Amino acid sequence: MAAGDRRWWLNRKATVVLWVAASVGIWVGLHCYIRRVSMRKAEEVLVSMCEERARMLQDQFAVSVNHVHALAILVSTFHYQKHPPALDQGTFADYTARTAFERPLLSGVAYAQRVVDSERELFENHQGWTIKTMKREPSPVQDEYAPVIYSQETVSYIEALDMMSGEEDRENILRARASGKAVLTSPFRLLGSNQLGVVLTFPVYRAGLPADAMEEERIEATAGYLGGAFDVESLVENLLRQLAGNQDIMVNVYDVTNTSEPLIMYGPQFPDGYMSLSHISMLDFGDPFRRHQMKCRYSKKPPIPLSAISTPSGVFVICMLAGYILYAAWNRYDNVKEDCRKMEELKKQAEAADVAKSQFLATVSHEIRTPMNGVLGMLDMLLDTNLNLTQKDYAQTAQVCGKALISLINEVLDRAKIEAGRLEIESVPFDLRTVLDDVISLFSAKSREKGIELAVYVSDRVPKILMGDPGRIRQIITNLVGNSVKFTERGHIFVHVHLAEHSNMFMDAKVEGGLNGLSGEAKVTSISTALDTLSGLEAADGRNSWENFKLSLSYEQTWPYSSENGSPYDNHADKVTLMVTVEDTGIGIPFHAQNRVFTPFMQADSSTSRNYGGTGIGLSISKCLVELMGGQINFVSRPHIGSTFTFTAVFQRCSKNTGCDTKRTLSESLPTCFGGMRAILVDRRPVRGAVTRYHLQRLGICVECVSTINEVLNATRGQNGSLRSGIYSNKPCILLIEHDTWGTKVDVCLRDQLLQLKENGCIPEMPKVVLLATSESDKMKGGSNVGTVIMKPLRASTVAACFQEVLGMGKQQSRDRPKGSASLNGLLDGKNILVVDDNKVNLRVAAGVLKKYGAKVECAESGRDALSLLQLPHKFDACFMDVQMPEMDGFEATRQIRMMESQASEKNRNGERTVAEEGFSKAEWHLPILAMTADVIQATYEECTKCGMDGYVSKPFEEVQLFQAVAKFLVKLS
Amino acid sequence: MLGLGAARLEADMNRLMALLFHQGVLDEQFMQLQQLQDESSPNFVSEVISIYFRESEKLLKNLRSLLADRECTDYRKIGIHLNQLMGSSSSVGAKRVRTVCLAFRAASEHNNWSGCLRSLEVLEHEYCYLKTKLHELFQMEQQRVMAAGARYHPLLS
Repeated sequence: MAAGDRRWWLNRKATVVLWVAASVGIWVGLHCYIRRVSMRKAEEVLVSMCEERARMLQDQFAVSVNHVHALAILVSTFHYQKHPPALDQGTFADYTARTAFERPLLSGVAYAQRVVDSERELFENHQGWTIKTMKREPSPVQDEYAPVIYSQETVSYIEALDMMSGEEDRENILRARASGKAVLTSPFRLLGSNQLGVVLTFPVYRAGLPADAMEEERIEATAGYLGGAFDVESLVENLLRQLAGNQDIMVNVYDVTNTSEPLIMYGPQFPDGYMSLSHISMLDFGDPFRRHQMKCRYSKKPPIPLSAISTPSGVFVICMLAGYILYAAWNRYDNVKEDCRKMEELKKQAEAADVAKSQFLATVSHEIRTPMNGVLGMLDMLLDTNLNLTQKDYAQTAQVCGKALISLINEVLDRAKIEAGRLEIESVPFDLRTVLDDVISLFSAKSREKGIELAVYVSDRVPKILMGDPGRIRQIITNLVGNSVKFTERGHIFVHVHLAEHSNMFMDAKVEGGLNGLSGEAKVTSISTALDTLSGLEAADGRNSWENFKLSLSYEQTWPYSSENGSPYDNHADKVTLMVTVEDTGIGIPFHAQNRVFTPFMQADSSTSRNYGGTGIGLSISKCLVELMGGQINFVSRPHIGSTFTFTAVFQRCSKNTGCDTKRTLSESLPTCFGGMRAILVDRRPVRGAVTRYHLQRLGICVECVSTINEVLNATRGQNGSLRSGIYSNKPCILLIEHDTWGTKVDVCLRDQLLQLKENGCIPEMPKVVLLATSESDKMKGGSNVGTVIMKPLRASTVAACFQEVLGMGKQQSRDRPKGSASLNGLLDGKNILVVDDNKVNLRVAAGVLKKYGAKVECAESGRDALSLLQLPHKFDACFMDVQMPEMDGFEATRQIRMMESQASEKNRNGERTVAEEGFSKAEWHLPILAMTADVIQATYEECTKCGMDGYVSKPFEEVQLFQAVAKFLVKLS
Repeated sequence: MLGLGAARLEADMNRLMALLFHQGVLDEQFMQLQQLQDESSPNFVSEVISIYFRESEKLLKNLRSLLADRECTDYRKIGIHLNQLMGSSSSVGAKRVRTVCLAFRAASEHNNWSGCLRSLEVLEHEYCYLKTKLHELFQMEQQRVMAAGARYHPLLS
């Protein structure tokens, strides 16, 4: 980890360094490029400037030379062709001075005549002066002389000087008269100005010289020489001054006639300035013998252009920024990746913790349950022994507490299972009415104690047998009713069940009812004293008032009753959505607590748990269960008025053929001996009346409902009215009277009148009077002629028992057997069952349990034995298989059995009817195999189903679980 | 005299069982076992228990021999034997034996030889205790059945 980190760091550093280096490289490259480009441009500029200067100098020079040429012609014309010569010094000086503007480059012009030594004397005499050398000494004798006779005033100091005496001039003169062209000297210090200059010499010939004359002819014809001094330095200076940019450029002009030793004509002897960039332009001054060149360079190094710095810098900055962005993004990516990894790790930990929590909860609750079962078992045993009253009370209290603890643990386990998603909703056939009867009988003691009216009503349109999870439905309803009982001190608790679509229908008809418990307008109704609810007290949800109830009842009656499975109207659908409502008139839920009712371990406030106990886990479990059943739960509650919890749940409709069969085993068998019997119910509360009627109708008793006793009497006395038929039937008749209409006065009055009626022959015999009581105190009210008192809550079986007692019918059908084992007996009786377990003790115990329920058991001690026993065809109806066995475990054995079965089925299908011929004409072999596992939490269930098992039971067997597991498939078989 | 003896014996049996429950030697599984005994299988409990003793003794002997040599101990085999023992113990409700087995298995999973040996000693001790107590119980039962004049009463009706 650390090494990887280090390497990563090094890697990152190296990348950074590399990036910076690359950026610097880019900077340098770009800089050089721009500099080179600017250099090239400077060079171009230099070339063009140099050429320009050279051309100009050349042109100016040519103009001056031309003019000197013109002067030469002038001299030849006016000095030699005129006799006497028309020219003298005065004229020449005047003329040249006036035409000096034509020769700006020449400091002055002069004319020297060719004088042969023989003519010297003559000439000197003529002129009146002797010929002098350059050093102003009288000239020594020579072959010929070139004394200046005419001169411009600016150079008048050279008059009478012999030009042949000067080294350069002499050479010039010789070359000029030989070539007949303008000739230049090499640069030297001029005589007058001491400036650096060149002398231009032009020959003047006597007339008549042909253009193509020979050199000797030319020398012969030479009359004199016209010369002019070019002051090159000032000349070039003037010229350059006229041109732009002369400060930037340094110019040198060289005479390069002798290439190895160039003579400088202009510019500093030792050139300074920027040397590396220069240009040389050739100059042609018209003298073929001499060659000149101009050399230009910049006076200083051309400045590095700003762009050469700024552009690469900009690019550099951009590179750095881009690098930084990449770096930051990379960093960010790394961080995010790291975070992600951490999160992943944490998630794994959390998941592991969650699993561990569930495991822990399951284990702990299992571990608590085991000793608690011991405690409870021993308490049971203790209660069977001879105890005095106090001891019995203690023991019972301990037992109750223990049971409460067990149920709490079960709830916690449920909650854990739901959270772990392990809880599965079963689908077995069951009778909802029986379940509800069981639930309310749980709370009957408490409700009687408190004097609360506890009642159940199931709509006739709800099918008798439903497919669902009865245990879970029971759990939900028990929870809700338990809460209601806990929080209700007076009034009623009413559980009623309708089809959801049906109740929606009549709900729509009455939308304006105070559905919302929070709305203030509902308060108005609370003032009215007697409401049409079960107990007359107001309920939070107006739905159960008589008006609505009547609506629902009438709605039911518009549809023909169906004998078995609800109305034919919705038979086509195989799903039934039920709406269960639990209404109470308790303390209600405070508004502020209503939104956290379904949060686990949350009660309305802490005082609630102090006053009423409980953990507050029940509702959250109920909510989860309801959601698992595909429904939803909600409630309406008003403080001090009551709460109404409503939930929906989706069930499967039971298919007809299994329905008949299971009804026998699943629903509590109600005695049928009351069929066709009639009863009159005196009840001033219509809702309560409807409930009572519901229970009686389940017994097959026809009920007519009146609101007062007087109505009964009046009706019978009047010999007409609706009750007549009831009284006159030959079947025994029962008069049911609610406790609140009862009183000693009524008692006496009723007896008298009935006696009277009997004497009158109006009724064949005294009807039996049954009093319906809610609390123990009501029981005492019973007078002399009351046959019996039925304690609420009503349930069909207790009512039946009471009636049998009153009517003296005896208990011809009461074969009382413990319910659970009865059903298991029914299921397992006579079935052939194979038990496979390697542990002999376990094998024996399992066999013992199954034998107890009437099954024929065979044992096998290994998977291999089981396989040989299960070779097709075999006689077994089911197989219990231990999961953990040496050699071949339960999963492997099951897999092989399934393989065998599928092969056999395949053969059957392929027409090889060998099996069928032997009389075993099963189309498909499928032996129900149940896994036996000691460890419930071990997630073996999925593996069980994967390898083809049908279910599992925990070891050691529990009756309920065994029943549920076996019921699923043995019902199908039967 | 006879009836009185039967009642006394029954009370003694209940006391002994309560003691065993209290000590955690047995759990409710044993009671369920007793409930399985009825007219069709009158000796069910003693039958199961004797199978249990037979099997367990075999297993204990195996465990002892497996642990004899410290160097070459097959812990996997020990685990299998312990699972067997645990399964049968939980079936008959021999709770303390089962608990000791759990500790033993934990020790064997860690290849802890000395721990295993210690556990084996505790296990043997527990087993002996259970055996003597159950023998006592069965003897009482037999006496009671005889005292009740061969009439059979389920223990917990």
